[in-house]
Amino acid sequence: MTAVPISWYLILGAVLFTIGTLGVLIRRNVIVIFLSIEVMLNAVNLVFVSLSRHLHSMDGQVIVFFVMTVAAAEAAVGLAIIITVFRNRQTVNVDELNLLRW
Amino acid sequence: MWVEIGIAAIKTGAILGVVMALAGVFGWFERKVSAYMQDRVGANRCSVFGFAGAGLINTIMADPLKFATKEDFVPAGVDRLLHTLAPCVNFFPVLVAFAAIPFGDVLEAGGRSINLQAVPLNVGVLYILAMVSLSVYGVVLGGWASNNRFSLLGGIRGSAQMISYELAMGLSIVAMVMTYGTLDLQTMVRAQGHLIGGWLPAWGVLYQPLAFLLFLTAGMAETKRSPFDLPEGESELVAGYFIEFSGVKYLMFFMTDFIEVAVVAGLLTTMFFGGWQVPYLMRDGFHFPLGVTVALPHLLVVALQIVSFLLKVVFFGWLQCLIRWTLPRIRYDQLMGLGWKGLLPVSLANVLATAVVILAWQA
Amino acid sequence: MHPVLFLILAALLIVSALCVVLQPSPVRSALSLVVTLFLMAVTFLLLDAQLVAALQVVVYAGAIVVLFLFVIMLLNLRDEPRALARLGTQATALVLGSLFLLALIRFLVTPPKLSASASAATGMATPVSADFGSAQVLAERLFTHYLLAFEVTSVLLLVAIIGAVVLAKRKLV
Repeated sequence: MTAVPISWYLILGAVLFTIGTLGVLIRRNVIVIFLSIEVMLNAVNLVFVSLSRHLHSMDGQVIVFFVMTVAAAEAAVGLAIIITVFRNRQTVNVDELNLLRW
Repeated sequence: MWVEIGIAAIKTGAILGVVMALAGVFGWFERKVSAYMQDRVGANRCSVFGFAGAGLINTIMADPLKFATKEDFVPAGVDRLLHTLAPCVNFFPVLVAFAAIPFGDVLEAGGRSINLQAVPLNVGVLYILAMVSLSVYGVVLGGWASNNRFSLLGGIRGSAQMISYELAMGLSIVAMVMTYGTLDLQTMVRAQGHLIGGWLPAWGVLYQPLAFLLFLTAGMAETKRSPFDLPEGESELVAGYFIEFSGVKYLMFFMTDFIEVAVVAGLLTTMFFGGWQVPYLMRDGFHFPLGVTVALPHLLVVALQIVSFLLKVVFFGWLQCLIRWTLPRIRYDQLMGLGWKGLLPVSLANVLATAVVILAWQA
Repeated sequence: MHPVLFLILAALLIVSALCVVLQPSPVRSALSLVVTLFLMAVTFLLLDAQLVAALQVVVYAGAIVVLFLFVIMLLNLRDEPRALARLGTQATALVLGSLFLLALIRFLVTPPKLSASASAATGMATPVSADFGSAQVLAERLFTHYLLAFEVTSVLLLVAIIGAVVLAKRKLV
């Protein structure tokens, strides 16, 4: 059974990361932007795990553990901020959240 | 390779069949246990082609058949994809959770040793926790896809309840994992085979009685069974988050309730009551404490172990039905208070105490 | 892992990630994210990372996205008429995104060089030890080599909890 070369995993990670980035740039709903950031984080996790398998080292998986934890913390605080902004401005469209614009 | 795939398929098919049958049996228990506890007879008007004898089989099949043949009514303004998806998303994780539960020891047949567990994962406990986490989506989606304010409230309350009690459940499982030093359920069951002091089977409940009570409570709250069934509230909210589902979709929500009973019962037997272990039964026969041994053929041993597992699961399903019809429903704030301010600190203290005892034992 | 299996998983992953980004309804985006996370967990399983796969489903798909869904439902966000940015922004983003992707791929096609101290028998084709990716090995690495990061992460989680509670609390008038 032939194995999948590491470059295929890295390219898949790159494609997913780019899709996430495009989501952050194109979408106007703050929550969907957040979801796209999670897609980016997952692409990075994929790269870490595949490199960990390639190099036979557990360090990659330990780092994925930390990435997941930080993503959880970030999601909690980010969503709390979104709730507060919604309470004050009644919108989650980033085009309308422009009070700091000069 | 094809033989292995065939064996895995047979194991999976057998587990699916038995789980669905158990769900039907628990549905029947629900009616009959509640009936006898309330001093009435219960459902007994069931006959197939004039043959009213086998009441059990009729009552098991009657409910699913009734729901499957009803009209599938979709309310206006719903997202149709989500409305169809919600019961499926609710149904899938609880069925799949049974894959990691071992129902027997190794079966030696045809020169192969077949491990009687559908998927021998070395992170079996985490897999089951993962499937329990995924079952929150069914509730959330059921509430949202109904285009109904009260369903949405019921769905959000239900999912908040589920994620709160997941913590207590996970921590009581952590205490068991610490006691046995492994995440693999088959290893945990095998470790419950030896005898303490030469006569007492070393079942998990003797090592961790508090974890057993915590897991029973958290498991019943997680699966939204009474007395924690406010999101469903049959006498108050009609059906809570699955009001707007009818026909086969309602059947899937209904079956999920009983399959979850089976999953919690399966986990209770596996971790706390020795799983498929029969007391004093080793691989070659009975070894009673006073030196009496009874040799038994291998297939009979395996059959005894599978039957013992099934009996224990049925017992714990019966126990859950019993608890349901004894206790009144508790209010939502009382429920959340119990989860966060009651079960969570107690389970944390249990983990701490287990750690101290293990370290002292090793010293 | 078999190449055909990888290609199927890769195609499904890309399709679900595109669904996350392109669906006008936020609830469907969140559900597509759940599908993406589940597929990612399957990929991890096939890369001999069993604990990380289980954690992915428990933590990411089972808790984080549920939190997202709660917020979407509490704010009652329906499909919006102008879900995507203006056409000019979209075109610029697409062009820059493609350039970015091409740059990434150009640097990733050559596999990383193994250092001199790494053993000669590493690579995707060589099998790993039986407990690679299990909880025991990961825990051993985590609690010895990465202990400081672990403790700091627990403080980070505490800070995040306090921050989220303070931010989302309604001010008592």
